[in-house]
Amino acid sequence: MSEAAHHEEHPTGISRWLFTTNHKDIGTLYLWFAFIMAVIGGLMSLVIRSELWAPGLQMVDPHFFNQMTTVHALIMIFGFVMPAFVGLANWQIPMMIGAPDMALPRMNNWSFWILPFAGSLLLLSFLAPGGGPSAGWTIYPPLSVQGGAGMDFTILAIHMLGISSILGSINIIATILNMRAPGMKLMKMPLFVWSWLITAFLLIAAIPVLAGAVTMLLTDRHFGTHFFDAAGGGDPVMFQHVFWFFGHPEVYILVLPAFGVFSQIIPTFARKPLFGYTSMVFATATIAFLSFIVWAHHMYTVGMPLSGELFFMYATMLIAVPTGVKVFNWISTMWRGAMTFETPMLWAIAGVFTFTLGGLSGLMLSITPADFQYHDTYFVVAHFHYVIVGGSVFALFGAVFYWLPKWTGNMYDETLGKWHFWLTFIGFHVTFFPQHFLGLAGMPRRIPDYALQFAEFNVISSIGAFATIAVQLIFFYLAFKAMRGGEKATDQVWEGAEGLEWTVASPAPYHTFATPPQVR
Amino acid sequence: MSAANGGYYLPEPSKWPVITSMGLFTMALGFVLMINETAAGKWLMLLGAAIIIYMMFRWFGQVIGESERGIYNDQVDMSFRLGMGWFIFSEVMFFAAFFGALFYVRQLSVPWLSSGAEEQLLWPGYEGGWPTAGPKGPALIAADTPVEAGQFSTIGAWGIPAINTLLLLASGVTVTIAHWALKQGQRGKLIFWLAATVVLGVVFLFLQAEEYMHAYKDLGLTLKAGVYGATFFMLTGFHGFHVTMGAIMLTVILFRCIKGHFTPEHHFAFEGVAWYWHFVDVVWLGLFVFVYWI
Repeated sequence: MSEAAHHEEHPTGISRWLFTTNHKDIGTLYLWFAFIMAVIGGLMSLVIRSELWAPGLQMVDPHFFNQMTTVHALIMIFGFVMPAFVGLANWQIPMMIGAPDMALPRMNNWSFWILPFAGSLLLLSFLAPGGGPSAGWTIYPPLSVQGGAGMDFTILAIHMLGISSILGSINIIATILNMRAPGMKLMKMPLFVWSWLITAFLLIAAIPVLAGAVTMLLTDRHFGTHFFDAAGGGDPVMFQHVFWFFGHPEVYILVLPAFGVFSQIIPTFARKPLFGYTSMVFATATIAFLSFIVWAHHMYTVGMPLSGELFFMYATMLIAVPTGVKVFNWISTMWRGAMTFETPMLWAIAGVFTFTLGGLSGLMLSITPADFQYHDTYFVVAHFHYVIVGGSVFALFGAVFYWLPKWTGNMYDETLGKWHFWLTFIGFHVTFFPQHFLGLAGMPRRIPDYALQFAEFNVISSIGAFATIAVQLIFFYLAFKAMRGGEKATDQVWEGAEGLEWTVASPAPYHTFATPPQVR
Repeated sequence: MSAANGGYYLPEPSKWPVITSMGLFTMALGFVLMINETAAGKWLMLLGAAIIIYMMFRWFGQVIGESERGIYNDQVDMSFRLGMGWFIFSEVMFFAAFFGALFYVRQLSVPWLSSGAEEQLLWPGYEGGWPTAGPKGPALIAADTPVEAGQFSTIGAWGIPAINTLLLLASGVTVTIAHWALKQGQRGKLIFWLAATVVLGVVFLFLQAEEYMHAYKDLGLTLKAGVYGATFFMLTGFHGFHVTMGAIMLTVILFRCIKGHFTPEHHFAFEGVAWYWHFVDVVWLGLFVFVYWI
């Protein structure tokens, strides 16, 4: 600590955070932003679950319900999960590859500071006449062409969020390709870094396509174009194609960094090197490639030639192969390991387990004729919450507990950590497992009312949702407590941890690796 | 922290990024208000644009200053190269969305609308084909025929578009000659050929504007002319916007060359702009073939 003190010079107060070019400060900002957005999006999910507590309309009117489902999704995807993983990337990638900072630090600051403004623009839409966007997060025309000014706020917010993501990704790629310490060969990089390299590529390839899609939406709304209007020769289904060409890579953008986190945590607590490192890298790259040729599996029911349905079905099923390789490797890493079950490990195991369940329901959805039944039901809602919450958010919790001692220099409260894990894990499954049955029985998604026979499972799901969100208070308490003090963490933190980030002091000094370390 | 002695380069804290974000927010909010008929919107948008333009002068000015003081090492140079390269890739994907829309409409949705049940039940008598403004849009008539209300005709490939193709291809050559001159330290030759590149770009834009006015005034070809008008103007319009940006960037580089910036070894800014210029050139070739020609 003391020898690092002269490295700690930086502006204080608000200007430190506004003007910072330090990857750790920017990582912290990203994590805080994600945290605030998660609270807002979480409260919106409670509005949804309150309305669905009982059949009939009681809490909110249907139009507001639609706004809640739409903005909840947009905020959780673009405001919470993506920025949270970028925050992890900012904190960890330079430390993991032995770099002093990100490659383009001023642009790094810009990538972050676009976000609060973009998030504000999205939330400002609620003040527009007609309220916020209500066409679902996929903003399909013609509904999204007909909506009020809230849709324009959303489109511009999506543009700004996209700029932020593209700039952040360019920075991550430049950092990984150009800032590695001597000896840190590509195939020696930690899996988290590999995952982010590939994720950043996906972002740069996919986000501009979303920008194109919402631009066409904007011109259809206000400038008289007919991209999505059959009377002018366009096609509303075309929006779905362009949107999902972005949207499917997007789901891997959300989950590949989570895979990277699992691949860091599991070897640490199994006290064994990661099984099948090379196959992990190639499996990740294969998933990324496949993600660009499966988009129409989101639209089996809108009408497509049979050859299209077949191609997208088989291509989608292929994704199970590299994903299976990864799950196999995580389990093999644990096989005969000297395992302990600290909180990060619990999250990682629960993440692999829950994500695998979500992957299996995804496999069910990939089968075209079966999807004709499941499409737009709560089965889909259950599926994507299993992969996004069960995969990505569980990985985020695991990552926070795993690296918090390195960030703050203090250990968190292990007992409370375990309590938080078990309550959240059970609460999550109580919330979303019944939704599989609801969907299979035919309950449609994005509808504020439902038939009487769905009442029991909906009550269970709502109880689970309120409980899951309530126990997050434990997480706030844990995180604040670790920030303020507690048992001091060692530099190594975890007995089985390997990698450059564990060679620097805890808490990590403001600048690390000002001179590059030599990697053997 | 300086990188001149071989260490890493870390810039000082900077106020420009957050100011840029405020400008972006102001511009986006103003734009939304403007298209929803709120009087203040236009002024808010202009204010945002002014903030962004001011920021560009200051932020780029700072980077140019640092570069000229020689505090960037080869590693920083490579970071800039990677950044520019991947930025151009993101631009390629942006255009890919619009090219994808064009191919989808031409190959799939228009044939579907004009055949089978769609034609019989929804749009009886719609013949499809390309160009088309759709079943309810203005009707396509042959080129060189006077256009009346409810009709449109298109711009042939072998007039101004072919000339524009030659202009842009020539500008790709001139910027390369300028690059060679820069590498050989021949400043006069560099400035001449770079200026020639800017002139070619500006002439391209002038002809493009002429063509747009012709389309709107004489051909009935507007942004609202069905899906042909939409794809035509969005693709060529975004391309024209990128050419404008490229020409401005080239002009900045030209002024820097005149001021004596760059060395035969270190001239990333020149190369980055040249890459960008080649990118708009290649996009144009795609436009010429798929929008104008076939």
